[in-house]
Amino acid sequence: MSSLSEAKAEQPSILHTVQKAAADFGLPRVIILTTFIMLFVLAGIFNMNLPSFFGDVLRRWGMWGILVLAMVPSIQSGIGPNFGITVGILGGMLGAVLSIEMRSAGVFDFITNATMFGISTAMAAIVLGVFFASIMGALYGMLLNRVKGSEMAVSVYVGFSALAIFNIVWALIPVRTSTLILPATGSGLRQMINLTDDFGGAFDGLFRFQIGDMTVRLGLLSVFFVCCLLMWLFMRSRLGMMMSAAGSNPAYARASGINVDRMRILGTTISTALGAVGIIIYAQSFGFLQMYNAPQFYGFTVVASVLIGGATVKRARIFDVLLGAFLFNGILTIALPLANVMMPDVPGVPEMLRLIITNGIILYALSKAKGGR
Amino acid sequence: MQSEYVLELSNIRKAYGENVVLNGVSLAVKPGEIHALLGENGAGKSTLMNILFGMTMIHETGGYEGTVKISGEEVSFTSPNDALSAGIGMVHQEFMLIPGFTITENIKLGREDTLPTVLSHLFGKSLERLDHAKMDSDARKSLDAIGMGIEEHTRIMGLPVGYMQFVEIAREIDKLGIKLLVFDEPTAVLTESEASQLLDVMKSIADKGIAIIFISHRLSEIMTAAHGMTVLRDGELVATKPVVETSVTEIAELMVGRSIDNLGIAQEETFAGKPVALSIRDLHVDMPGEAVRGVTFDVHEGEIFGIGGMAGQGKVGVANGISGLFPADGSVEVFGERLDLLKLGDALDKGLAFVSEDRRGVGLLLEESIAHNIMFRVMATRQDFLSSFGFAKLLDAGKMNKHAQDMVELLDIRCHGYRQKVGTLSGGNQQKVCLAAALTMKPRLLIVSEPTRGIDIGAKELILNYLTKLRKEEGLTVIMISSELAELRSLCDRVAIVSDGKIVSILSPNASDAEYGLAMSAIAPADPDNEKGGVQ
Repeated sequence: MSSLSEAKAEQPSILHTVQKAAADFGLPRVIILTTFIMLFVLAGIFNMNLPSFFGDVLRRWGMWGILVLAMVPSIQSGIGPNFGITVGILGGMLGAVLSIEMRSAGVFDFITNATMFGISTAMAAIVLGVFFASIMGALYGMLLNRVKGSEMAVSVYVGFSALAIFNIVWALIPVRTSTLILPATGSGLRQMINLTDDFGGAFDGLFRFQIGDMTVRLGLLSVFFVCCLLMWLFMRSRLGMMMSAAGSNPAYARASGINVDRMRILGTTISTALGAVGIIIYAQSFGFLQMYNAPQFYGFTVVASVLIGGATVKRARIFDVLLGAFLFNGILTIALPLANVMMPDVPGVPEMLRLIITNGIILYALSKAKGGR
Repeated sequence: MQSEYVLELSNIRKAYGENVVLNGVSLAVKPGEIHALLGENGAGKSTLMNILFGMTMIHETGGYEGTVKISGEEVSFTSPNDALSAGIGMVHQEFMLIPGFTITENIKLGREDTLPTVLSHLFGKSLERLDHAKMDSDARKSLDAIGMGIEEHTRIMGLPVGYMQFVEIAREIDKLGIKLLVFDEPTAVLTESEASQLLDVMKSIADKGIAIIFISHRLSEIMTAAHGMTVLRDGELVATKPVVETSVTEIAELMVGRSIDNLGIAQEETFAGKPVALSIRDLHVDMPGEAVRGVTFDVHEGEIFGIGGMAGQGKVGVANGISGLFPADGSVEVFGERLDLLKLGDALDKGLAFVSEDRRGVGLLLEESIAHNIMFRVMATRQDFLSSFGFAKLLDAGKMNKHAQDMVELLDIRCHGYRQKVGTLSGGNQQKVCLAAALTMKPRLLIVSEPTRGIDIGAKELILNYLTKLRKEEGLTVIMISSELAELRSLCDRVAIVSDGKIVSILSPNASDAEYGLAMSAIAPADPDNEKGGVQ
């Protein structure tokens, strides 16, 4: 009798522990992780080339990683997920265009080694991109300080507006390089700029090796990991810790003598600068620089990625970036060929899946943002 | 035959969990009587009124014991609407008026007089039209009753604060069959002349046979207006008396007097000859709800200086102003150095540490570990707890953890280890973390605001003992702000009582209960010099 009641008393406690563990890990992460594994198993059942897929997942992980990492400083400094990462991406695109002009003007001609040539042009694009993005990021941060409480909505529109302004810039910018110019009109930039002569594959080609059918682009991943490491170190510096405190509890930060507004501008600037780095790394892997409206919804993709990784709109860790970027891209990479095999007559399934995951996860995070903890 | 009392509360007992907030409280009010309800913050006045009005939170927390009788009939209200329909009204401290509506519309809100229309015959009462003529004349009657000559069509927006208060009253007496009105600190936001006008209005309402419960901590008002009075202290009934049989001094004593024996009274020690640690001249602080309007005092080195007073009178504002958290004006010198009140963090730089009364809001990073919280402010202001790492300076986790472990042991912070997030700690332990963080600053002057609010007895004792120990062993100067007079008197060398943003008097811990009570009610003790002057 007594043992029975003891067993009864114990049962809910075990259930409770399991529930608590699940809650800590987060329902969306559980769902996404299960979907990922399920897709992987399905791909195996359909006799598809799993190692090759996995190589692609790794590649897309590296491509998107730095853009996702850009969410960390913005979330930590208190402005929330940076939907306006487009601003940084535009800065990076401007840097890339200038780097290409420099290359065609012969600035890099003294470098004879092809690998070094690629990396140098990429670095030039990154330095210039970070420069422009930092200026725009600081202004953007000042704007966000004036709209406290509705940063997320404002950042979406800042991204859209900046994109429209830069569309004019792209159409009017006077360039001489033939790979940049739109052939039909003879002026203005192309939609897709081929980077073969510039930094296309600059890091992807570095330390690249095969394991069976799986290609590992160690150069690309190294760049991503180094950025993550630097960000992790920054978060442990005095400035980084002060920035996090300003985001996590502004009143506390003020009482510690920290200028909260300045920390928010710092966070926005770093995030925007990382956006510039991120798009150049993305473009070199893709082989093309996509201009005009191409980056319009990148903000949503990267915000969704970091949220899947377990970040909230108030707290984000480097681990969330690594996990989130991997899961999000993993699902999309495998879903595409799988959908072609399973539903050959229905077009655009992966795109639907992408929209559902992206917007669903953002919606989930926003619904948790208020009244939660 | 009806009961002679409009309201009879008998043996009311209410507990939140194990915390008894009211015990055996009785209160009886006759028609036409103005009955004062007195007590310090937390004495149980609000809870008693919540029970009377059947507020839902009372029932959600397990109800109450005892009986409530209205005109001799036992009732048990389960919602404020029940109370309203039984003829009980409340004049709120914060105005519940709609600024864009006229006075009439506000008075009649929810109880509009209507006339039938064609549509209302078809679709029901909600489509009847307003009977403006009747509403206006009713409103006029109520306004006249309280001697308010203002046009009833005036909008609330832009009216002086005093008038809004009167509109509130007019609305209550317009209700049919109103028997009892509760005035909750009605004079708190009024000027002196408005306040005396209000007292006249209360008297004239009472003359019409309506009973009034008058909650105020301005004892002089109670002496002029009230007939009877009831004093609560720590949830217990202390006294019920006709006002004519008592005096301001006696009421003050009743409100404050408490079992001081539990805590004892500090040894009086004089610091007058010692160097000045903190010198404040004409400090004004613009802190909402805790405004400070011209405070001047000196604190000597090694002294524990207390600041007390009722909530909302500005005692908390003093600390927040000095720390630079709210806009402040005036001169503050710390050990002879002038503080720049507008420069963020200047107080921290000059060796002043502040333990905020708002632990969770200002005092802590709830999502961070105990260790992180303890080291953060020193790290941010003095660049301590950092070690060089190539060209960058990064967090020295080893040093942070070691120091945190020391602090956890020293202050007996009950936790699973210094890595636990402070958000998951109990209030008392959070307070200890705040204190540990402040001490890590190695301050020369420590300001602690409400250090024992909402924490358990054990933690309370430990924190108070530790403050005394610090003063004794390290000569730390402490300013302690607290709502608990007994606590201040057990610890401090001098206690300043603040009322209405100003210091009423600075008392010795040995001063009588009456002196404290009077000071809390903003009645300064007779100054001996003045008295001499008066005689001449």
